[in-house]
Amino acid sequence: MSESLIRARGLTKKFDDFTAVNGIDFDVLKGESFGLLGPNGAGKSTAMRMIGATSQRTSGELTILGKDPEQFGPQIRAHLGVVPQQDNLDTQLSVTENLYIYGRYFGLSRKFLKGKIEELLAFAQLEEKRSAKVESLSGGMKRRLTIARALVSEPEILMLDEPTTGLDPQARHILWDRLFRLKEDGVTLLITTHFMDEAEQLCDRLVVMDKGSIMAEGSPAQLIKDYSTKEVLEVRFGSERNAGMANDLGQLCERIEELPDRILMYTEDGEELLERVYKKGFHPKTSLVRRSSLEDVFLRLTGRTLVD
Amino acid sequence: MSSFQARQGSLKIVDAAKVAARGALFVTEARLRSMLKWVWLIISIAIANPVLYLISIGLGLGSYIDQNAGSAGIDGVSYLTFLAPALLATAAIQGAMDESVFPTLEGFKWNKTFFSMNATPLSGNHIAMGVFFNSLIRTVFTAVLYWLVMLAFGVLESPRAYLAIFTAVMAGAAFGALMQALAGLLENENMFFTIVERFIIMPLFLFSGTFYPLSSMPIFLQWIGWISPLWHATELGRWLTYGSEISTSMLFVHFIFLNSILAVGLFASRRIFTRRLGK
Amino acid sequence: MILSTAVAIAEARMGKPGEKYYSGRSRAIMERAYIAFKSSTWMIVISGFVEPVLFLLSFGYGLKDLVGDITVAGQPVGYVAFIAPALLATSAMNGAIYDSTMNVYFKLKHDRLYHGMLATSLGPMDVALGEISWALLRGLSYSIGFMAIVAPLGLIPSMWGILAIPAAVLIAFGFASFGMAVTSYMKSFQQLEIVNVVLLPMFLFSGSFYPLDVFPEWLQTVIRIFPLAHAIDLVRGLTLGNISWALAGHAMYFVVMIVIGLFFTTRRLNALFMR
Repeated sequence: MSESLIRARGLTKKFDDFTAVNGIDFDVLKGESFGLLGPNGAGKSTAMRMIGATSQRTSGELTILGKDPEQFGPQIRAHLGVVPQQDNLDTQLSVTENLYIYGRYFGLSRKFLKGKIEELLAFAQLEEKRSAKVESLSGGMKRRLTIARALVSEPEILMLDEPTTGLDPQARHILWDRLFRLKEDGVTLLITTHFMDEAEQLCDRLVVMDKGSIMAEGSPAQLIKDYSTKEVLEVRFGSERNAGMANDLGQLCERIEELPDRILMYTEDGEELLERVYKKGFHPKTSLVRRSSLEDVFLRLTGRTLVD
Repeated sequence: MSSFQARQGSLKIVDAAKVAARGALFVTEARLRSMLKWVWLIISIAIANPVLYLISIGLGLGSYIDQNAGSAGIDGVSYLTFLAPALLATAAIQGAMDESVFPTLEGFKWNKTFFSMNATPLSGNHIAMGVFFNSLIRTVFTAVLYWLVMLAFGVLESPRAYLAIFTAVMAGAAFGALMQALAGLLENENMFFTIVERFIIMPLFLFSGTFYPLSSMPIFLQWIGWISPLWHATELGRWLTYGSEISTSMLFVHFIFLNSILAVGLFASRRIFTRRLGK
Repeated sequence: MILSTAVAIAEARMGKPGEKYYSGRSRAIMERAYIAFKSSTWMIVISGFVEPVLFLLSFGYGLKDLVGDITVAGQPVGYVAFIAPALLATSAMNGAIYDSTMNVYFKLKHDRLYHGMLATSLGPMDVALGEISWALLRGLSYSIGFMAIVAPLGLIPSMWGILAIPAAVLIAFGFASFGMAVTSYMKSFQQLEIVNVVLLPMFLFSGSFYPLDVFPEWLQTVIRIFPLAHAIDLVRGLTLGNISWALAGHAMYFVVMIVIGLFFTTRRLNALFMR
């Protein structure tokens, strides 16, 4: 059993009478990539801020590398690399100056930083932009710079809050590739996301969160196995007719979910199910067979979709 | 399902001729609505500003100046009477600047509303004029309130003193239009306006014969007043409010100068807005 | 476990007083300010210095014949020498207020810069002290520049005048720490306008351009509740050489202002970031 770097028991955060995080338990192990999956407002960012030792918990236990973040804020933050949801790069400074000064905030020496900056520029593929002002960078570049900046202190734990929100598909893939490399180097990753594909790609283990609580925990494959079927058949009958079909279709498969624009039918074999649908005399306008994803797990657990 | 109708067709509901004719007014309406959010702040500034300045500089500093000048006064009147028309023009210029510079920077750069306006049948000319009209409304409002405060202070001696509102507004409009054009040129340098404020606006305010006759400055500083709309409006204002001595030809010079600046500013604004939106 | 350098540096401070709030590295914040300053427009840098000089030129030389001499402590003083110290005090105030309100607000809310700083092993006290120290360094250089211009013009009749420079820094310190405390409570950019609403009457009524005794007693008392009148009296007392215990009282006003400002700034930043 490897050691637990982050340990939360009954972790709770209340703002006035609103409970953002409601008694959650989890452990993050050394070297793993751990995810918090849930829709906006699930309490992921609040949990991240408590772990990042910049927010005080209302109740419960929290230890990071065996220490209480409320007692040892600066010492714990020295172990962490934080990539916030919103980039907060220093817009008055250039790319290299951003990396340099962030290192200085940790008290690192100029000599050390000189070499480190070159390493980070290469890692973030920003060598050609080294003297550019931050404002002139694309969204993907800014995100890579924010990640590189978080790595300047060689942290044990890298915390990424919604790392690819707002990026185009190509920029996302470049970013994922960089995060894989870090994982190979033994950095522990803690990621929040509301994208199920991102969670499946990046996380060894994750918790599904909704309204401040943990709904389920496990590896992506295990969660899908536990809470969904192997395949899903999506059918559309046009906006007026979907509702009327649900009852009839429900008899054909294990489980059915009715969404405003389509019906999801859960089964082990999608093609076979589709044939049976046609045989029954139903003719959907469009149909699609796909593998189950974490999206389906979330739908099963909460009755809602991840992204609205 | 909802009764939303997407397919009536834009040709049926959008009147292109009406937009072409009145487009600037639609832009004015949009600007006016966002200005009205700060209406209480604008009103308080418009009243507090003259009261504070007139008491502090006009009466406070004036008590020393009047004592020192004896019965002759400054330019034949009390310092308060001498100062007030200059401050009236200053306030009008300030009000015009606020409503032309920041909306222009906002529209082009901060939230890019001008580009979305331009995606409708509104043209660059409409947008430039709309912003100008709105700043004119603010200018008139500021000047009228200032003038009423002056009335309360008893510094309006001449029967034609009400005309000083128009000359102050003229200066505000001229300066506002010019600055609007300049703001439209700025691509990304926010700091530029801090520089304009400190190296152009501030010296114009300090060296336009606002606090003392321009002629008491050394000649090598007097040129600042000559090119400053504030000085021209102040000279007209002094003539209108208390009948300072001024030659008829100079009256024309002041009048023509202000209106030329206004014409140049508006022409440039329209050109610059249209060009930038079409880029 | 192999510790990174960053961790070793942070752990070295364990057990020191205030370790939760202060890591002893406010210098890093000043270094950041210096790097940003190096790349900023030189015109902006100069402008903070030019403004009081323009006022001196316009008001001082424009009005000196109209106003005549002003009597201070029984002695006639030329008008330019009368307003020069007031302009020094006012520009110390303006610089400190700008740095601690607009500048801080943007870093706090718009760029979220302080969030980034406080995600590192820095504490809120490092940030507050670093930002204020930088503002003071700037204020110091502007004051020296202004004195270098007015002293050769014969506007500083007393040798005590040299103390006007540290006095200006003290004044800037007071306004900066107080301004930062106020800004940290601001919820929207428009609320910053309130700062201007207070500044304008204070600027106009604190005795920059003429002695306060033209006003009725009660108004003078009201004016002396606010800091600028004390700042002007302090600097003017030094440059004109009117040394009395009253000057110590004015200086104390600013010491109290600094303590109150720093207390609320640290408390508020802590509440904001450690919420």
